[in-house]
Amino acid sequence: MFQTAMTFNDLMFLLKGAGLTLAVTGVSVAAGTVMGIVFGVIRVQIGPWWAIPLTFLLDIFRSVPLLIQLVLANAFQAIAQFGWPPFTTSCVVLSLYTAAYCTEIVRGGIDAVPVTTRRAARSLGLSWVQDMRYIVAPLATRVSLPAWIGLTLGVMKDSALVLWLGLNELLKSSQILITRLQEPLFILIVCGLIYFLMSFPIARFGGYLERRWSPHD
Amino acid sequence: MFNYTFHWNQAMRSLPRMLDGALVTLEVALLSMALGLAFALLLMLMRMSGYRALTALAATWVEVARNTPALFQIYMAHFGLGSFGIHLSPYAALLAGITFNNAGYLAENFRGALKAIPETQTRAARSLGMTQLQAFRMIVAPQMLRVAFLPMTNQMVWAILMTSLGVTVGMNMDLAGVTQELNARSFRTFEFFAMAAVIFYLITKAVTLAARLIAWRLFRY
Amino acid sequence: MIEIENVRKSFGALEVLKGIDLTVANGEVVTIIGGSGSGKSTLLTCINGLEPIDSGRILIDGTEVHARATNLNKLRQNVGIVFQQFNAFPHLTVLDNVMLAPRKVKGVPRAEAEAMAVKQLTHVGLADKLRVYPGRLSGGQQQRMAIARALAMEPAYMLFDEVTSALDPQLVGEVLDTLKMLAEEGMTMICVTHEMSFARDVSDRVAFFHQGVMAEIGSPDQIFGAPQNGETQKFLSSVR
Repeated sequence: MFQTAMTFNDLMFLLKGAGLTLAVTGVSVAAGTVMGIVFGVIRVQIGPWWAIPLTFLLDIFRSVPLLIQLVLANAFQAIAQFGWPPFTTSCVVLSLYTAAYCTEIVRGGIDAVPVTTRRAARSLGLSWVQDMRYIVAPLATRVSLPAWIGLTLGVMKDSALVLWLGLNELLKSSQILITRLQEPLFILIVCGLIYFLMSFPIARFGGYLERRWSPHD
Repeated sequence: MFNYTFHWNQAMRSLPRMLDGALVTLEVALLSMALGLAFALLLMLMRMSGYRALTALAATWVEVARNTPALFQIYMAHFGLGSFGIHLSPYAALLAGITFNNAGYLAENFRGALKAIPETQTRAARSLGMTQLQAFRMIVAPQMLRVAFLPMTNQMVWAILMTSLGVTVGMNMDLAGVTQELNARSFRTFEFFAMAAVIFYLITKAVTLAARLIAWRLFRY
Repeated sequence: MIEIENVRKSFGALEVLKGIDLTVANGEVVTIIGGSGSGKSTLLTCINGLEPIDSGRILIDGTEVHARATNLNKLRQNVGIVFQQFNAFPHLTVLDNVMLAPRKVKGVPRAEAEAMAVKQLTHVGLADKLRVYPGRLSGGQQQRMAIARALAMEPAYMLFDEVTSALDPQLVGEVLDTLKMLAEEGMTMICVTHEMSFARDVSDRVAFFHQGVMAEIGSPDQIFGAPQNGETQKFLSSVR
């Protein structure tokens, strides 16, 4: 029979870690999406040439390892004496990281709305804001949602890196258990299952939405 | 303004060591891509084989690779295999983890690329008398490469960035590992890691540019 | 000679070919006309084995197409087919498109294959487009390339499946002229087409398909001049 030293409390410990993972992810994705929408709209409005500084800045977040971004941010806030706890630093970094990707997604979504459709809206007398709100937003959301869900799941997986700043998210919690119980494979399998259970349903739902919405285009 | 003096000199003096680390980073990334590609092709064959066991195995690999953190996959290689008595060096564990990840994502990219090639291309090729293998090799595969090229380039960039995770399992030869060692000795965290960030940025940009050039040459139709 | 004997085929619950009998002699040009869904295109894809049949037989020079022992790859070297969607290989130049099959399937040496390809491409009027990629050609040019590509295998039989239907009107003529030229040179052809005047000019026989059945077959004068079958008459009056 299969034996393990892992207790119910240990499982709870892991789930607490998972909770922290979800918390960091939730905050970062929320903040990052808002920023992404703002930057995305700006990017579309001012066009590719004028947006170069913005694009360049956001590109940095995608070209430097997240781990290094976390370390740098932590070092910086220490130097500047912000006094941020690791959770705050992590969320700030992950939010900017999310925003960098989300800007592209939003831009793609807005660009996918045919110019002719938007012209028709303006010709009816709708203002720019109304056009964005009633025409562009619904259509762009449809196009962008699968990619956004992919991004959310990506951030959730990348959130494991905050363990480097000392946060006991799911993976770190698993590592702690491994050190104590010396059952690496079993604990990691449980850990993997929890990750899987957190991500797979959302990924499937995203796929479902993608399939449901594409024939309408 | 800051109650801290920046000591960039120290960082600059360590630049050669960091660049050596960068070479190791590239080495790991390239190896993991080459191996990942090979495994991805294997996974595709397994998927198309029609044997339930192989298809399930391939699907499991892809789903685990894409739904769990890369760091988890590296931990599996480093800690998990310990349950079987296999103790990989940090280098090997990092390579194994990134390769596993690459294979999963690349297999999915190939699947999408294959779907993008209309079946009529195969029909036309078969109508000329080509075998299924000839049609795939000479007509479908080259076109698949074009579709899959951008995702493959992205995966290469991710592989480079993923090497930084090696520090969590004790890797000290790649760029991130070297930087961490320098940091541990001098506590000039910001300066060293800022330099590492710049080097990483330059590497990824160079890779992206090179890929674009290759694509321009290769896909001139 | 192509012999089609009592061929039946269904796609799921829908019966598309309901017992087709047709014999095409060497050098003959047979045109098939009819409305959409009448089974015309399906028949062509059955002849070269791309589609299986449910019952009946198709024989090409005595070889049964759908017999398990038949080497389809070998058979297809002798039956060329040109589709409605040109299906150019986009990653190969025009010349490479045409040379590929002779070299890789028949093992023809490079120089010989190239000479043959140039000959066929000149024949269809594309001599100046040899090193161009298909993406840069017009629809009519791509279709002519597809014809040259099929001809380069030196087949005894050519099947044409509505090869002008996807073309802009002004490009149709050049492709039909190519087909006329092939017919005059004595190629055995089965053409599915909507181009009635072409069918009238070029065919030895015209077959009218209606809902999976070959309702009527005869010389162009018979079919177009004095159609016997009610459906044929209805169809022809609707396309005049």
